[in-house]
Amino acid sequence: MIEFQHVKKVYDDGFQALKEINLEFKKGELTVLIGPSGCGKSTTMKMINRLMTPSSGKILINGKNVSEQNPVELRRNIGYVIQNIGLFPHMTIGKNVAVVPHLKKWDKAAIDKRVDELLRLVNLDPEVYRDRYPSELSGGQQQRIGVARAFAADPDVILMDEPFSALDPISREQLQDELIRLQEELNKTIVFVTHDMDEAIKIADTIVLMKDGEVIQTGSPERILRHPANDFVRTFIGQKRMDSETSIDIPIVDEVTVPNPVTIFPSRGLAEAIKMMERRKVDSLFIVDRQHKLQGIVSIYNVLDQYGEENKTVKDVMKPIGYLVRPGTPLPDAVKMMSEHRLTNLAIVDDTGKFVGLITRGSVVKHLSEVYPSIVDSLANTFGEEA
Amino acid sequence: MNAFLSFVQERGADIAVALRDHLTISAAAVLLGCLVAIPLGIALVYNRFNWLNSIVFFLANLLQTVPSLALLAILIPLMGIGMKPAIIALFLYSIMPILRNTYDGFDSVDRGVLESARGMGYGTLQRIIRIQLPLALPYIMSGIRVTSVYIISWATLAALIGAGGLGQLIVSGLGVNKPELIITGALGAIVLAFLIDGLLGWLERVLTRRFGRTSSITA
Ligand SMILES: Nc1ncnc2c1ncn2[C@@H]1O[C@H](COP(=O)(O)OP(=O)(O)OP(=O)(O)O)[C@@H](O)[C@H]1O
Ligand SMILES: [Mg+2]
Repeated sequence: MIEFQHVKKVYDDGFQALKEINLEFKKGELTVLIGPSGCGKSTTMKMINRLMTPSSGKILINGKNVSEQNPVELRRNIGYVIQNIGLFPHMTIGKNVAVVPHLKKWDKAAIDKRVDELLRLVNLDPEVYRDRYPSELSGGQQQRIGVARAFAADPDVILMDEPFSALDPISREQLQDELIRLQEELNKTIVFVTHDMDEAIKIADTIVLMKDGEVIQTGSPERILRHPANDFVRTFIGQKRMDSETSIDIPIVDEVTVPNPVTIFPSRGLAEAIKMMERRKVDSLFIVDRQHKLQGIVSIYNVLDQYGEENKTVKDVMKPIGYLVRPGTPLPDAVKMMSEHRLTNLAIVDDTGKFVGLITRGSVVKHLSEVYPSIVDSLANTFGEEA
Repeated sequence: MNAFLSFVQERGADIAVALRDHLTISAAAVLLGCLVAIPLGIALVYNRFNWLNSIVFFLANLLQTVPSLALLAILIPLMGIGMKPAIIALFLYSIMPILRNTYDGFDSVDRGVLESARGMGYGTLQRIIRIQLPLALPYIMSGIRVTSVYIISWATLAALIGAGGLGQLIVSGLGVNKPELIITGALGAIVLAFLIDGLLGWLERVLTRRFGRTSSITA
């Protein structure tokens, strides 16, 4: 367990990076430090392994003050992963993973065994990767090695500073999943820095939200989502801010649209239509002309029905639009329409026939989940005033 | 051509001595240069006072600009004549490029690499030897190669203060008006420079492979 007691940090240039931090990182938990850039996340983390020294206050690991321990020894007992990976380019993957066991003077057989074990743990075949150099691996694979390396000497505490933020979204998701799996198996005390709220929600046991060198709120992801402490937290977790007056207003359809409805010109062929559906993961397309006037809709079934006829275009197989709404229609009316006629989506078309937006079941649910907590708050306030 | 070859054969012993002296002077100068400039370069990277770095680089640059003949002449009253002052003079010239390259090499090591080395528990000395030195090695070696090549060429001047070497052949050639001697001296210096450059290139590759890429286990 790691404890911060009244920790302050003033840099040499007089900048106060941490105002006064009191924190507890629980044993066996993954705690995420999150907040805007420059709020002091890295500073906080680096004081745990003494890469930085607090200006005042104490940091205890299992009750022992870190400032009383030899920094080099201390660091060998704490795993460390950083954003730009920091693999040593002149050492093979095997040697990179073996760094800390080697520094701790394990014997060679034990190191070799451990290296293979760790590579398997992060889903890389030791036979293939052990003797390669970091430059011969993809970014995602390199960061896997970074993670494996932090676990190498089986430390109780692991620090990770934005370890996945330089990766593409797919590798990032994969590594997050792997970290969750590793953590379920190994139960380390992990401190993880990120500024991606989705990442925090996905992996954290506890989230510590920071701003300008202060801790704003601490709690489980569930708790922070349900009870954001203030507007800053609300904005940060991506809920639409609404003051109590407007929150009682009924939303209109324009606020609930999907960002980029998939449209196609009438003259396009059927194979093109299928490709587009596949790429955008939708089952129907809206057909609009050059003036963006809505012509009709075509579903995957309409297309497949006539797919054999190579000369047909989407214009030939499209269906007319059965139901549509005007901009400014109250959301409840639209939702009623959708449920009555079992519609999965509903086009918004203006007076001139232009296609201006689309609402779907998904976009409605998303909107409700975003505003829901603040509606609850404002209702609570209203009742509170009456009582 | 034949005449030239038979001349070389005839004076073979003298040429061999000249070559040996030339090599001794150059090698000693570059070696001393390495011994001084590499640690100094590392110290400058770790030094936090920028003004000190500026002063050291200024002095090293200044040395570089003193005409070699003048430097040799200055050293005569201090050290007399012979090999010793020649080696010292050439050593002074070798400092700057090796220093510069060592500094740049150490400075070029990725911040992330250094931070993770520190964060994982490398001590300062371990970090220098196992991480920074291997990664800076290509820079340092190229500094040494460049230096060696021009030190070998400048070492011909050492004959002027009685240090011997291939320059001796040139000086005698001028004295007795024997072009073969001049050509032999010049050609010898060129060939020597080429050979040493090749040798150091080979050494660089070997070192990179051994010291660099396997340092974690062997170091
Ligand atoms: N060595 C330093 N000297 C002076 N100020 C510093 C130093 N290191 C960091 N700072 C300042 O301290 C503040 C906190 O820095 P820190 O690196 O902890 O931020 P962070 O929350 O990790 O941000 P990011 O998300 O951008 O990594 C920043 O305003 C930064 O400019
Ligand atoms: Mg940071």
